Amino acid sequence: MRHGPLGEKPHPHKGRTKDGLAGGEVVARVLDETWSDPPGFLGWFCAVNHKAIGRRFLVTCLVFFALGGLLAATMRMQLSRPGNTLVGPDLYNQIFTMHGSTMMFLFAVPVFQAVAIYLVPLMVGARATAFPRMTAYSYWIFVFGGVMLYGAFFVNAGPDAGWFSYPPLAGPEYGAGKRSDIWAQMITFTEVSALLDAVIIICTVFKMRAPGMTLNRIPLYVWAMLVVAFMILFAMPAVALASSLLIMDRLVATHFYNPGEGGDVLLWQHLFWFFGHPEVYLIFLPGLGMISAMIPTFARRPMFGYTAMVLSLIATGFLSFGLWVHHMFATNVPELGKTFFTAASMLIAIPTAVQIYCWIATLWTGRLNFKVPLYYVLSFFVILVIGGMTGLMLASVSLDSQVHDSYFVVAHLHYVLIGGAVFPLFGALYYWYPKFCGHLMSERLGRWSFWLMFVGFNVAFFPMHILGMNGMPRRVYTYPAELGWGTLNFVSTLGAATLAIGIFLTLVNALRSARHGEAAGADPWGAGTLEWLAASPPRTCNFAALPVVHGRDPLWQGVPAGQVDHVCGLAADVREVLCTTVADAKPDSRMIFPEPTPAPFVAAVATTVLFVGSIFTPWAVVWGSIPLAIVLVWWFWPSQREAEEELALESTEELRAEQA
Amino acid sequence: MNRGTVRGRALDVAELPTIVFSHRSLMWWGTLGVMVIEGTVFALAVMAYFYLRSHQATWPLTALPPDLLWGTLNTIVMLASFIPAHLAKRAAEKLNLRGVQVWLVVSTLFGIAFTVIRGFEFSTLNVRWDSNAYGSVVWLLLGLHTTHIVTDLLDTIVLTVLFFTGPLDGKRYVDVSENSFYWYFVVAAWLPIYLVIYWGARTP
Repeated sequence: MRHGPLGEKPHPHKGRTKDGLAGGEVVARVLDETWSDPPGFLGWFCAVNHKAIGRRFLVTCLVFFALGGLLAATMRMQLSRPGNTLVGPDLYNQIFTMHGSTMMFLFAVPVFQAVAIYLVPLMVGARATAFPRMTAYSYWIFVFGGVMLYGAFFVNAGPDAGWFSYPPLAGPEYGAGKRSDIWAQMITFTEVSALLDAVIIICTVFKMRAPGMTLNRIPLYVWAMLVVAFMILFAMPAVALASSLLIMDRLVATHFYNPGEGGDVLLWQHLFWFFGHPEVYLIFLPGLGMISAMIPTFARRPMFGYTAMVLSLIATGFLSFGLWVHHMFATNVPELGKTFFTAASMLIAIPTAVQIYCWIATLWTGRLNFKVPLYYVLSFFVILVIGGMTGLMLASVSLDSQVHDSYFVVAHLHYVLIGGAVFPLFGALYYWYPKFCGHLMSERLGRWSFWLMFVGFNVAFFPMHILGMNGMPRRVYTYPAELGWGTLNFVSTLGAATLAIGIFLTLVNALRSARHGEAAGADPWGAGTLEWLAASPPRTCNFAALPVVHGRDPLWQGVPAGQVDHVCGLAADVREVLCTTVADAKPDSRMIFPEPTPAPFVAAVATTVLFVGSIFTPWAVVWGSIPLAIVLVWWFWPSQREAEEELALESTEELRAEQA
Repeated sequence: MNRGTVRGRALDVAELPTIVFSHRSLMWWGTLGVMVIEGTVFALAVMAYFYLRSHQATWPLTALPPDLLWGTLNTIVMLASFIPAHLAKRAAEKLNLRGVQVWLVVSTLFGIAFTVIRGFEFSTLNVRWDSNAYGSVVWLLLGLHTTHIVTDLLDTIVLTVLFFTGPLDGKRYVDVSENSFYWYFVVAAWLPIYLVIYWGARTP
């Protein structure tokens, strides 16, 4: 303890109470108090606890999933018979664009980040995500982006140029009104959010793991999210840049995509798909991670081929950046280039296959515990393999040119995305729901939900393969009866209704079980990873004492005799956390985390004013940055008390050396 | 290095340091993450430049190449600013208050200098952003880098003020170190952008 550089005094008593098991329940209560968010309505806007933010984030993403689903249901109603007049062409354009954009940008990527914000700290044995206030900011920014998009849709200004918004259709010449500007700014909002969350997840995994959790003991789900976070860092800037160029073309008359003045519309496609193909894997890898978390639990044995699994995840991450041109086979890129991308597209099947074999080996040699999450996991194999097969077909230039922009592609992408992401996500919801809420979801209702979803999904999307080969193009709002597409479309709509009922049953199940579900206890499935060490739902501080890890499945392997099993000595009355080394997770330093504050919320409002304002006048970028800068300085500026607490706990290596 | 003390079944970490620099600091990793994102944006913008250039018979289309004077001068000023940024970092890592104060002030002056010179750079590009695609991409590159200069300058000013007014604690030295780290990035990112803007329009 010592004075600050300008003579600041250390806090007289803060930091004296230390955590650890010796203090018992009294100290644990102090910790809960320290890590809690303020109560009340205003307190709600100050929350920084990763569980509060993660829960809100998850619910928000599921609301967007429901909205996107309603839009899909409207499209299926419209297409259920030839010559239908339920929805006109202009509204239909907005609906399919909104559906795609919602599912891609407001659901599929953020929902997995939301789950990660909640689970990753628990799984690595930490009390918070790195940068808790930035976690809150990225959540608010995401909410405001989504609200802006739907606000615009409800006043008939919803984007209508498809979820990949190709110029020139989305450019200044053909994209009338503000519709494409809204789309471009929605991208800015969601990408800022996703990029910040990626940095948060990387830092949490690298520096905040429990002592002993070396790189080769990190749970596979956390590995998957780490790879995803790295992919986001390199992929998302491409779409953020591309959409900024688009909005500049529209608002300040630049010519990036204007061939008349030296621009090029294919520049958009390159930039978009340089993001867009990794995007598929950004959605798919978290699902793989969830499966790798569930399979060992329900096979009741450790994962087979851990190292091969990790290397496959990393290989998929790299290869996913070499595939983007296979979305552009119908354009005039050089034929030799297309051949390269065909080869790369085939190659990426290998790491995925390695993982599937490892899962099969684990299941084969395990003692299966047939619970609802396992149903979803097993259905993934069926659906994904079909989606993967059509993917291999589409990787071939000649076949792709034939079915390009047809319902075959619609079928393929839904098999991959729903099979690869939504089914694992639902399994994961059943699996981790007891951790979130403290109660188990109903198995009976869960099985009903599963079978309705599984059958409904296949009935809805399998006929689309045939429709596509029969020549039905994407994005048509209706079709004449003579083409003979009526029956299969009607079947598809019936399937979609069944799928919707299945999803609805899970919602009912979740709401009912929150009150009436069987009490879960800390580890209802007998799983091996650290999140099951925490109570269900976890206490505010996550762990009364941080665990020390001695293996890959700490709850199964236990602690060798005579070894340490928990950490002590962190302050209990200040938000002090332990930082460990990147590779070996050896205890390295202590750090005090910030307290709840409305600054992230206010900063998100200021950012929203800037982003939304810039749709209407480019000068908003200038005047909008002034309040934002003021808020950010206020956010950063330390209070007297923060400095005092910091000084009370401060220590440097030099200081320790002097004392010794 | 201190790795905690074993007390029975507990690992006591109360004696670990709180002020650590470079890759031992969580802030360093956060800063690095932001650099990777922004570096990717720069790289993609440079790729867009060459993509557009590769599709044209003449370059820079109908415009004159940008004047070399201000851009080159600014490059020299930025390279020189490595020195105060580095000295501020060194002083911070030695927890030397006086040194940090001095070198932060000098860094701020450098930041103001290259923001002003940047204004002259814009005025001698010899093309407007709405003239043609060449003009658009040149303004994009210079504009992107300018936002980094301005934000880094603001960060530096805020830190400088804080180091004179307080409240300070040891953790703020880590902030100074990270600020200089980010400064290195902003200057290093300028070099390829300088070559592209000023010499990409001159090579045949």
